[in-house]
Amino acid sequence: MSNRTPRWLRRVGTWAGNHRRAATETLDRLIRAPLGTLMTVAAIAIALALPATLLVSTDNLEGLAGDWRRGAALSLFLSPELDEAAGERLAAALRSRIDIERVAVVSRADGLAEFREYSGLGGAIDQLPGNPLPVVLAVYPAADLSPGEDVDALLAGLAALPGVDFAQADAQWVKRLQAILSLLREGTWLLGGMLALGVVLVVGNTIRLEIENRRDEILVMDLVGATGTFIRRPFIYAGAWYGMLGGMLAWALVDTAIWLLQRPVDRVAALYEAELRLVGLDLHQSLALLALGTLLGMVGSRIAAGRHLQRLRPV
Amino acid sequence: MIEFEHVSKRYPERGDALKDLTFRLEAGEMAFLTGHSGAGKSTLLKLIGLLERPSRGSVRVGDDDLARLPRRRIPAHRRRIGMVFQDHRLLAERSVFDNVALPLVTAGMTRDDIGKRVRAALDQVGLLKLERALPLTLSSGEQQRVGIARAVVGRPEVILADEPTGNLDPELSQEIFRLFERFHQLGVSLLIATHDLDLIQSLGHRTLVLKQGRLVADAIPRPAAPEPGPESDPAPAP
Repeated sequence: MSNRTPRWLRRVGTWAGNHRRAATETLDRLIRAPLGTLMTVAAIAIALALPATLLVSTDNLEGLAGDWRRGAALSLFLSPELDEAAGERLAAALRSRIDIERVAVVSRADGLAEFREYSGLGGAIDQLPGNPLPVVLAVYPAADLSPGEDVDALLAGLAALPGVDFAQADAQWVKRLQAILSLLREGTWLLGGMLALGVVLVVGNTIRLEIENRRDEILVMDLVGATGTFIRRPFIYAGAWYGMLGGMLAWALVDTAIWLLQRPVDRVAALYEAELRLVGLDLHQSLALLALGTLLGMVGSRIAAGRHLQRLRPV
Repeated sequence: MIEFEHVSKRYPERGDALKDLTFRLEAGEMAFLTGHSGAGKSTLLKLIGLLERPSRGSVRVGDDDLARLPRRRIPAHRRRIGMVFQDHRLLAERSVFDNVALPLVTAGMTRDDIGKRVRAALDQVGLLKLERALPLTLSSGEQQRVGIARAVVGRPEVILADEPTGNLDPELSQEIFRLFERFHQLGVSLLIATHDLDLIQSLGHRTLVLKQGRLVADAIPRPAAPEPGPESDPAPAP
């Protein structure tokens, strides 16, 4: 910058230059010790990848459970005295509602045939004097209803309709699966919190060793008038680099895990004549993982640098 | 200006290192500090550089009372002082240029200014051609000159030197002291701790003599007698 440049701009340029120098020198130092760097980065990556993989898996299962629940019908069992014509009238009334996508009428005969096919009790059914089954309406909720509260409210409303004996959701098991997934998600956050603390400790310990190794340099810098901020800066950058590289490796591990799981998931899905495409980290989640790694690295290094540099510079 | 007023320094593990020290070094003055090992020379220099704080009394450098100087102002204080050590304290992995530039980098100077100042300092100590060398490839005398260049590059008001020629032969020692003389002529205050009584006598500057932490003499030494005779000592402290 020329002498005509305003003083404040020169100071900003110097400040930015100091940061750039600290960042590049620190990265260069990490690259020159590849084994040690790799071990620290790998430890951070594993600690980040484990909860991230669990969260991604939970997301995939939740999406699947939601799809299945949306595809599931609500069954309205009509009173035994109502015939198919009454069932068709009620179905027509329900089809006009915006919270219902479609309604299918299952006649008493169709119901009996289905029961005969799936129950294996054909012989016993033949002994019955008549068809004991009621007319059933299969009600499919609108796609924009949430699988939880909205569908439950719809079910309760339908159950209260005149002529409906009772209403049942066909996806209770999906609801239970969602409850389990919710538990799993909360557990993953807890595990993630503990592993985040682990990342802070790993980085902190690495920075502590780094400070010990560079003790002479730190003392000389202190002697020539370096501020605490100036001395701490490279160590904070080291922590940030460790965390960022750990986040990048964690991202790669999560996507590799998803890719490896896709084939066994395909096999399971094929058994149910379904298709399930696992989704890895999206752009926002990937950036969040990098940012989290960097932040944890900075926190670990800041704590370690503050503590250990204070010991080296007692005055 | 450096002023000590009834200064004592006591370490819990080894007792009094300095006892009731009072003296004043004017701006631009050059003085030697001498005495046996353990007399308190290094401790005195550490108090001025604020590597230690006094247990009692006041140490003033310019307008600052160092006993009360807040921690956040210590870096700025140290940048007003250039320090030279017997073991040079150079960073082995950094070039001569980078070692000398360190005080300027920490002060946040621009790269252009750093380049100009560092080359000027290296020129003053005669090491301009070695700016890219690593310290370990230099002789002990050259390393000490790098240390001196680092001490003066920030244009300090005061230079403190702790046994700067302790590891050097007499010829190199004279060369180093000639450098100090040159900075003195430029108006820098110098306080140099040394055992080298011959050099002290030959240069004829004010000399403070410490013994077991006390100031026992403060005077300009008499020139050495031309004939062999009793060793000339500085006069007792007033």
